[in-house]
Amino acid sequence: MTNTWQDIKNANVVVVMGGNAAEAHPCGFKWVIEAKIENGAKLVVIDPRFTRTASVADVYVPIRPGADIAFLSGVIRYLLEKDQIQHEYVRAYTNASLIVKDGFGFEDGLFTGYDEEKRTYDKSSWDYEKDDQGFAKVDDTWQNPRCVINLLRKHVDRYTPEMVSRICGAPQDKFLQICELFASCSPPDKALTSLFALGWTQHSVGAQNIRTMAMVQLLLGNIGVAGGGMNALRGHSNIQGLTDVGLLSNAMPGYLTLPRDTEVTFDEYMKTRLFKPLRPGQVSYWQNYRKFFVSFQKAIYGAAATADNDWAYDWLPKLDIPLYDIIAAFEMMNKGEMNGYICQGFNPLQAFPDKGKIRAALGKLKYLVVMDPLDTETSRFWENFGPQNPSDPASIQTEVFQLPTTCFAEENGALVNSARWLQWHWKAAPPPGQAQADIWIMSGLFHRLREMYRKDGGAFPDPLLNLTWDYINPVDPDPEEVAKEMNGRALADLKDASGQILVKAGQQLDGFAQLRDDGTTMSGCWIFSGSYTEKGNQMARRDASDPREAGIAPDWAWAWPANRRILYNRASADPAGKPWNPAKSIIEWNGSKWVGLDVPDYTAAAPSENVGPFIMNSEGMGRLFALDQMVEGPFPEHYEPFESPSENVLHPKVRNNPAARVYADDRANFGTSADFPYVGTTYRLTEQFHFWTKHALINAILQPEEFVEIGEALAKEKGIEQAGWVRVSCKRGAMICKAYVTKRIKPMTVDGKPTHVVGVPLHWGFTGQARKGYGANTLTPSVGDANTQTPEFKAFLVNVEKVAAPVA
Amino acid sequence: MSNLQSQDYIRISATTLTPPSVRRHEQEVAKLIDVTRCIGCKACQAACMEWNDLRGEVGHFEGTYDNPLDLDPNTWTLMRFTEWDNDQGNLEWLIRKDGCMHCEDPGCLKACPAPGAIVQYANGIVDFISENCIGCGYCVKGCPFNIPRVSKVDHKSYKCTLCSDRVTVGREPACVKACPTGAIMFGSKSDMTAWAGERVIDLKARGFENAGLYDPPGVGGTHVMYVLHHADRPSLYAGLPDNPKISALVEVWKGFLKPLAVAGVALAAVAGFFHWITLGPNEVQPEDEAAAAKLINDSQGRT
Amino acid sequence: MSYPRGTIVRNTTAARINHWITAACFVLLMLSGLSMFHPLLFFLSALFGSGQWARAIHPWIGCVLLVSYAGLIVQFWRDNFWNWDDIAWMAAIVRVLRNEEEGVPEVGRFNAGQKFVFWSMGLLVPALFLTGLVIWEYYFGAATSIETQRAAALIHSYAAIAAIIIWITHVYAAIWVRGSMRGMTQGYVTPGWAWRHHRKWLRSLVATGSPGPRPRRAGENS
Repeated sequence: MTNTWQDIKNANVVVVMGGNAAEAHPCGFKWVIEAKIENGAKLVVIDPRFTRTASVADVYVPIRPGADIAFLSGVIRYLLEKDQIQHEYVRAYTNASLIVKDGFGFEDGLFTGYDEEKRTYDKSSWDYEKDDQGFAKVDDTWQNPRCVINLLRKHVDRYTPEMVSRICGAPQDKFLQICELFASCSPPDKALTSLFALGWTQHSVGAQNIRTMAMVQLLLGNIGVAGGGMNALRGHSNIQGLTDVGLLSNAMPGYLTLPRDTEVTFDEYMKTRLFKPLRPGQVSYWQNYRKFFVSFQKAIYGAAATADNDWAYDWLPKLDIPLYDIIAAFEMMNKGEMNGYICQGFNPLQAFPDKGKIRAALGKLKYLVVMDPLDTETSRFWENFGPQNPSDPASIQTEVFQLPTTCFAEENGALVNSARWLQWHWKAAPPPGQAQADIWIMSGLFHRLREMYRKDGGAFPDPLLNLTWDYINPVDPDPEEVAKEMNGRALADLKDASGQILVKAGQQLDGFAQLRDDGTTMSGCWIFSGSYTEKGNQMARRDASDPREAGIAPDWAWAWPANRRILYNRASADPAGKPWNPAKSIIEWNGSKWVGLDVPDYTAAAPSENVGPFIMNSEGMGRLFALDQMVEGPFPEHYEPFESPSENVLHPKVRNNPAARVYADDRANFGTSADFPYVGTTYRLTEQFHFWTKHALINAILQPEEFVEIGEALAKEKGIEQAGWVRVSCKRGAMICKAYVTKRIKPMTVDGKPTHVVGVPLHWGFTGQARKGYGANTLTPSVGDANTQTPEFKAFLVNVEKVAAPVA
Repeated sequence: MSNLQSQDYIRISATTLTPPSVRRHEQEVAKLIDVTRCIGCKACQAACMEWNDLRGEVGHFEGTYDNPLDLDPNTWTLMRFTEWDNDQGNLEWLIRKDGCMHCEDPGCLKACPAPGAIVQYANGIVDFISENCIGCGYCVKGCPFNIPRVSKVDHKSYKCTLCSDRVTVGREPACVKACPTGAIMFGSKSDMTAWAGERVIDLKARGFENAGLYDPPGVGGTHVMYVLHHADRPSLYAGLPDNPKISALVEVWKGFLKPLAVAGVALAAVAGFFHWITLGPNEVQPEDEAAAAKLINDSQGRT
Repeated sequence: MSYPRGTIVRNTTAARINHWITAACFVLLMLSGLSMFHPLLFFLSALFGSGQWARAIHPWIGCVLLVSYAGLIVQFWRDNFWNWDDIAWMAAIVRVLRNEEEGVPEVGRFNAGQKFVFWSMGLLVPALFLTGLVIWEYYFGAATSIETQRAAALIHSYAAIAAIIIWITHVYAAIWVRGSMRGMTQGYVTPGWAWRHHRKWLRSLVATGSPGPRPRRAGENS
């Protein structure tokens, strides 16, 4: 979230698209209700199904799964055509006026630079036209046809209301009604908030879905303001923390990135990370990358990381492919290229696409270690549970180790919520049986592995042998010690330019501004710096007072970065520093400094210095044109899901995301609408949390058994009765379960053809207290978003047939 | 559920005693369920199960999100989902939390034959005192809302207590505490009624012309009230009675019939008694025996 | 069973056993039923152990009563046919109540009052049984609509009250008309009793030389 949960109450229009906030985030959803009741807000839901969120919405519009970019591009077209944008904001705070290089273009679904064989782009033309100082050229009058705003206008021109309706299946009048509601938030004192989740990310165009909405928000002047923003509602209680500390194969803590194998030296590595300002006087905060990186290396390798060894750069792993994501990992496993798997707090047999492939891949491992508080399906993948898990134990040689771990309530620690708050929590109960904390288990593994390397040597023992492990009890580090380490401390006395000591050696740092690139500071995760200072554990703060009831509550826990609650909040004030909406001011320039309820997301610069509000970006502006940051293009474009019932009516030759990675065996497993005529989509229900809560009796009672949802029209066509048994199949597998014949899914007319959606809730498996189920990933295709590889769980093709009840 | 101090009672089932009603000065409480801000998450249902420590059966999917399918002795509250195509042709998903309405004039209490098995406290809560329950199921027949359920195991009737145990010590009912959207609120009946009024104004402004408060006068009002978008048609909400009142059959059974019956039985007995003391027994006389003997002898003589 | 010489068999042993099973059931049903009917009578449930027991056992006794009363019908239906004598008897009911004999027509084995008790119970018992099933919470609580159950409860109560009033009449009549009780306990009456109260019955017995309770049919041995 750019903003906070509480801040949703400040919105005038709440758009839930690409998510189902009431269903998946019922607690946070209270702020939507608050917005409706206290702020008179309108709630808009755009979803293939009439969801629980839709049940309290003012306007609901159906949309075919996988057509969000077309819809939102239509909104952009409408806003530009009707001139319903926040002009001053767009001009001053976005790159609308910047001029794009000659040579950039878009034709027949492809941007310039496409290499069909490699399925990648040469992105060199996706850039600004620069002057001789290397700064981007600007035309504030928007006369130049190569201004971003004019290129954007041209790009979205194809997304007329007729075209939107043709692609999305949304009725034109409803679409226009939504456009008007969007437009109603273009005045400076009106804000629209976007709440989204996996309904946008789990597409082969997932990142671009979000980007399109972000562009809408920039045009409406809604980024950085109270009641606005792009608000990703995170799925797991600590999934925000997972990304923050970089638990992805290409990431390091604090959104630093692992080197590629081409980046042989530290200097080469740094070259592409220190973004030079693209406009005069801009901050381009990533110029501090080196400070964050060196401090991280000092946290990991301590005294062993020195200037002489380039801060132990050589000990970092170097990626030979862009990303070892889950789809890649299981592809390798299935091919026998990955033989061991430590599965910590994850249930891939339920969570990853193409269950049959996942099951087969696990069966090819030599060993599988599962660390989990629950008896997961993954840990029992080898056992025959009937049709829901038809394994043959005799043919599986994988050795499985189950290590029971504590759950959140059985340990101290911090969870990072969607609003980036690090909230400390305390152990409430002792763990059952022999369960141990993950830290204890990982410490044990580490010590044994290091001992083996020490004794027996190995190809590359240095990263392990040199790791610092500076904890009071090395076999069971205290979460507070780890938290302090992430915050960082001074390794030597830190002095200012005048020689005054700012921080004494050994003291906790106040924030990342104190980090240095000379090895005198360490911090395990720079964005967390400030969370555990000399004043104590800031994450444990519990003062809920909220001045002016603005939804900021600055003394409750601690938010990264720097306890800032609303990102880009400099943009909440006009270029002169006056709040756009004085009634909901966040920060403002009082003539001598920036003051307000929140920590300014800015430097101390006066308004007259023309420093852009988006200080992380090298031009200091919000990007309507994304330069080379996205793999499939600087503007979003509608591409059909990899399994889709329709042609791409915009450019039939380029049907799907041209930059998405697809493995040959996965592609062979894609079905066509001739065999599988209906659009499948997966989702969650309030009563369950993923595949965990079915282990709890109450949740099992509240939603006991697997089912799929189909519309009344399709049910009638197929002779399916309410709660009757059906077989839902795709090219990868089939599940047999009951059908919920509902009015909440209605057929949509897509490109002139009726399109039926089949909804597949995903909570059931074969362990736990609920009834046995196949799991939605039996059906989902193994292809991910081109940028992140998040699997395309939201749009695929299935068939549905009526079947007899299975013999119990 | 919890047997509070007897001076809390304003109504007691099957008694000829007058409840003390010494705490009539207490504010009547009410739970306000704002259906228009309910998202059907079932947190209330889970909280009810947690607080009252109840676990039903793991059921089956039955073609609805209503799980369990109905109230039962272990399910005192239940979300009921209704898909309704409204008059404009737009779908509405009406979600109502079902459970005891805590009527001001409780039909269950009226029907109950077991002394003190159902009581009403001064705050308006209608509570089942399980140890006095005999399991006859008359409360089921008395209730205009089809709420009480008799256990097949211990033969006692159960329903929502409005968390009388929590309310007594100044806490809100468990469902209220758990509701994430504030759709369930709790307070004095007057406050809840006033708040409902504000909600109705907002709903009318959003185009729900018939929005209103459901506090049915037929049962003297209730201590659980609903804010409905379509207060003119309560039955849209999974059969919420449009105009609930205690059935006339029950009123006759429990009202008119009782004195009539007692009088009838007493009259019969008294009539007999006075017949006995005024006219006495009807005894066989010697003449009867003689006449009979003659008849028998005559007959025997003939044969 | 043997009867004293010179007496007449009023009720066979089987009939008497049948009657007293019915009577016992009726009394138990009345006690348990009344305990659930009026708060003043709830104390009666203590006779069964508790309110729970009274509630639990009541319907089962009802089932026994139904079977038992069916037995009575089988045994007595022929002697309870309505005929013109009954009308005449009814017309003279005031005399009957005054213990006067003159002007009261001769009647057969049962007079109109007894027939009324027989047939009204014959209606009320099945009615009570059927309505009782409907309101038998444990087995049939979900079998019918609640509105049906309400009606059933009301009918059940009305029927029960009617049955109780009839029962009081029946019991009082047995006490009032001396010698009747013995007819149902030991099974016999004196010829004088039969002469006084059921003269036509006595004549039919005497005419066929039957010891009672029914006239001997042609071909039957004495």
